[in-house]
Amino acid sequence: MAQTVFAPWDDPNEKPLIQFRNVTKRFGDFTAIDNLSQDIYAREFFALLGPSGCGKTTMMRMLAGFETPTEGQILIAGQDMAGVPPNKRPVNMMFQSYALFPHLSVWENIAFGLKREGMEKDKVDARVTEMLRLTRLERFAKRKPHQISGGQRQRVALARSLAKAPKLLLLDEPLGALDAKLRQDTQFELVDIQEKTGTTFVIVTHDQEEAMTVASRVAVMDEGRIVQVATPAVIYEQPNSVYVADFIGDVNIIEGAANPSADGYDITWAEGQPILHVKTEKTFAPGQKCFLAIRPEKVGISAEEPTDAANKVQGQIIDIAYLGNLSTYHVKLADGTMMKAQIANTRRLSRRSLTWEDNVWLSWTDTAPVLLES
Amino acid sequence: MRRMTWFNATSLTLGFAFLYLPMVILVIYSFNESKLVTVWAGFSTKWYGELLGNEAFLDAAWVTVQVAVASSTIATVLGTMAAYVLVRAGRFYGRTLFSGMIYAPLVMPEVITGLSLLLLFIGIGLDRGILTIILAHTTFSMCYVSVVVSSRLVSFDRSLEEAALDLGCTPFESFRLVTLPIIAPAVISGWLLAFTLSLDDLVIASFTAGPSATTLPIKIFSAVRLGVSPEINALSTIMIAIVTVGVITASIISKRATLMQQRDEQAAARTA
Amino acid sequence: MRRLILISVPYLWLLALFLIPFLIVLKISLSDVAMAIPPYVPTLDFAEGWAGIKAFFAELDFENFTFLTTDDLYWKAYLSSLQIAALSTFLTLLVGYPIAYGMAMAPDHWRPTLMMLVILPFWTSFLIRVYSWMGILSNEGVLNQFLTWIGLIDQPLTILNTNVAVYIGIIYTYLPFMILPIYATLEKLDGSLLEAAEDLGCSRLSAFWLVTIPLSKQGIIAGCFLVFIPAIGEFVIPSLLGGSGTLMIGKVLWEEFFNNRDWPVASAVAVVLLLILIIPIILFQRNEQKQREKEG
Repeated sequence: MAQTVFAPWDDPNEKPLIQFRNVTKRFGDFTAIDNLSQDIYAREFFALLGPSGCGKTTMMRMLAGFETPTEGQILIAGQDMAGVPPNKRPVNMMFQSYALFPHLSVWENIAFGLKREGMEKDKVDARVTEMLRLTRLERFAKRKPHQISGGQRQRVALARSLAKAPKLLLLDEPLGALDAKLRQDTQFELVDIQEKTGTTFVIVTHDQEEAMTVASRVAVMDEGRIVQVATPAVIYEQPNSVYVADFIGDVNIIEGAANPSADGYDITWAEGQPILHVKTEKTFAPGQKCFLAIRPEKVGISAEEPTDAANKVQGQIIDIAYLGNLSTYHVKLADGTMMKAQIANTRRLSRRSLTWEDNVWLSWTDTAPVLLES
Repeated sequence: MRRMTWFNATSLTLGFAFLYLPMVILVIYSFNESKLVTVWAGFSTKWYGELLGNEAFLDAAWVTVQVAVASSTIATVLGTMAAYVLVRAGRFYGRTLFSGMIYAPLVMPEVITGLSLLLLFIGIGLDRGILTIILAHTTFSMCYVSVVVSSRLVSFDRSLEEAALDLGCTPFESFRLVTLPIIAPAVISGWLLAFTLSLDDLVIASFTAGPSATTLPIKIFSAVRLGVSPEINALSTIMIAIVTVGVITASIISKRATLMQQRDEQAAARTA
Repeated sequence: MRRLILISVPYLWLLALFLIPFLIVLKISLSDVAMAIPPYVPTLDFAEGWAGIKAFFAELDFENFTFLTTDDLYWKAYLSSLQIAALSTFLTLLVGYPIAYGMAMAPDHWRPTLMMLVILPFWTSFLIRVYSWMGILSNEGVLNQFLTWIGLIDQPLTILNTNVAVYIGIIYTYLPFMILPIYATLEKLDGSLLEAAEDLGCSRLSAFWLVTIPLSKQGIIAGCFLVFIPAIGEFVIPSLLGGSGTLMIGKVLWEEFFNNRDWPVASAVAVVLLLILIIPIILFQRNEQKQREKEG
């Protein structure tokens, strides 16, 4: 039985839940969002990823109704949101600071939005209990926000924003205030809850690992524009620009000129360095300036010259960063270029042979790099 | 680096002696048998008895309390509104004038405030009495309230209000259900401040009070102008006692609340 | 709509009960005294329409202000108010700084109590605090009795009803206003700065002059303004503790109004007092603003 992949963005019959149509937002002279159009589909876990000031928070606040677009339209479920105040939108938000009401108990915090709707008391009870169970907070219902831990507060904030069963949940750096270990557990929990409730999640984060872990699609943003939207795997393996390649994970970038060869391109790049071969579906004009992006884990390192590698360069080990499970070797090539190679430490430390100032060979296949125009 | 040197200890001892000795002496002499306040003639509580029999003082005290309760309550409502406008309303026509009018009464000499209000009341033909004192006190104490409340509002996490809107509140509901309960301590201290200022005020009340209504400070002032009187000492002692008990109780309550909060937070950190 | 109500209610209240009364003072200061009710002319008569308004403005003049400059009572009163306020501010600083310093150096668990002890007098009636000195400073008062008893004097010192008593009264009642802002800056002072200064060769005293004082400058400035500004217009202290020779402008205004019933001159006195106060108030505001900007 063929498993159906969740990819509504590839289905032309699917109607998007959220549509940004040529949205521009300016604050005085500053353009936070620059003529941006983007569709987000129901049940997606959509991540807006970028450095601070890239406009991702502004996009989210426009969805929630705290900011209005200077130009363009935002549609939710086909309805234009212009003039609809935050309290009338089918959208809820989980705030970065959690914004839990300090004078109300956990139970009252979760019930807050339901009571505003005028829901009957029994139904409120039932819904809050359900939310408490979903977020494993039953024991803390009567506590005040300052009487629970940071991780528990994060779950209360999530429960509160999910209680009204919104069509769309916005999460503003939801895990930013948690420590690293708790963060990982919580990421999986978020995905789990998103799948259970079937709510559309839009998450804002500056943490690429977090975006990759939780999201069905990631939008990488820079200076008010979306640079690339794709699944985490595509973003990582086939970035469309140096900016994306560099922002997501570690990468070696080599600038050079492309010349068509038999089955791809030959890249000439530095005086005295061998020509590199790369296979790509993109087309480049002869001599066109290009960038070669290679992930460090796709670069092999060896003391002897490899015989069967498509690309190989020679250099000297300058630095070794030992990360436990991995080691990253910083290698200086003859022309001064620094390259990184990453090796899994499957053998014990004492058995490994490479060390500082060793002359080594770096090698990679012709499909490992991505060839980029900019 | 905290150093409790002899110098610091001495300056603290002398300083607090300077602050408190006059009041201690005042209290001691309120129990003096003699009419001559300067000669100690034995312990007696007779001045307290005379004070309680003095109808004029009791009437004035009653007027003062009425004025203080009414003016501080109205001032708290107006001052909180003004604070909200200052911190949240953004730009509007005449904002500079508005904030000027909030801060100006804080530095305005009382004689000028009193004089100007009196001239207004005469100009519009309003008979001077309890109402005019209440209006006058409300006007200057609302400015103090708004300063106290706005300093709290400035540090208020706005995302709490946004969360309330996000969960379906109208702006007014979000104020009533979220903002107000959280800033309540500042609003209450604003009320207490307004209340105390009103109880305390001599100058503005003297200008705005009419023959029908005299406040306690006016009464005290006209009595002590002629010299020290043991009855006033007794009255002062009572007032000092009320304030002392009030302030100490308030500080114990707030200290306990802080301790509870700290304990809760530590407990929460442990269960995490 | 709600926003409009929210803004307009306090706005209109302040316009009606703060700004308009002040404009009335300004107007009356330009009028002439008269044996009438109200005791000044002209009065604005809208019934006569535009001609009435024109006639009204034609009769306003600066006569009262000219009068203030001719009678030396007034300018002497302004000068002596400024001088008394300035000197007592300085003395309050001398008394208040060591207390604030001692508080800031006190052990942590003492500080809330010390803080409360400074604030407590502030909640106590101002009038009573001034009054408490009458029994101490009078010729037969506690202070003279004490000094005679220890044999320092044999004739009682006359302190009450002199300017000295006014200084004491101002220092006493405004001391918390001086202590609190200085304490606030000293408390934030990083103790390791003093250690660093001593490590670099300062004696304790020179570390105090070169590090502590400059770093508490903001508190000193704020405290001085908080004492100086209200002290200028003070009425209760000079009238209870001062004598007939104590000239302070608040007292002059009061007497002009209540005893002489000269409303135009009283109003003119008020206007000039306000003009004098504007300078320190603006300086104070600038200083506060600069401070806020510095702190971000």
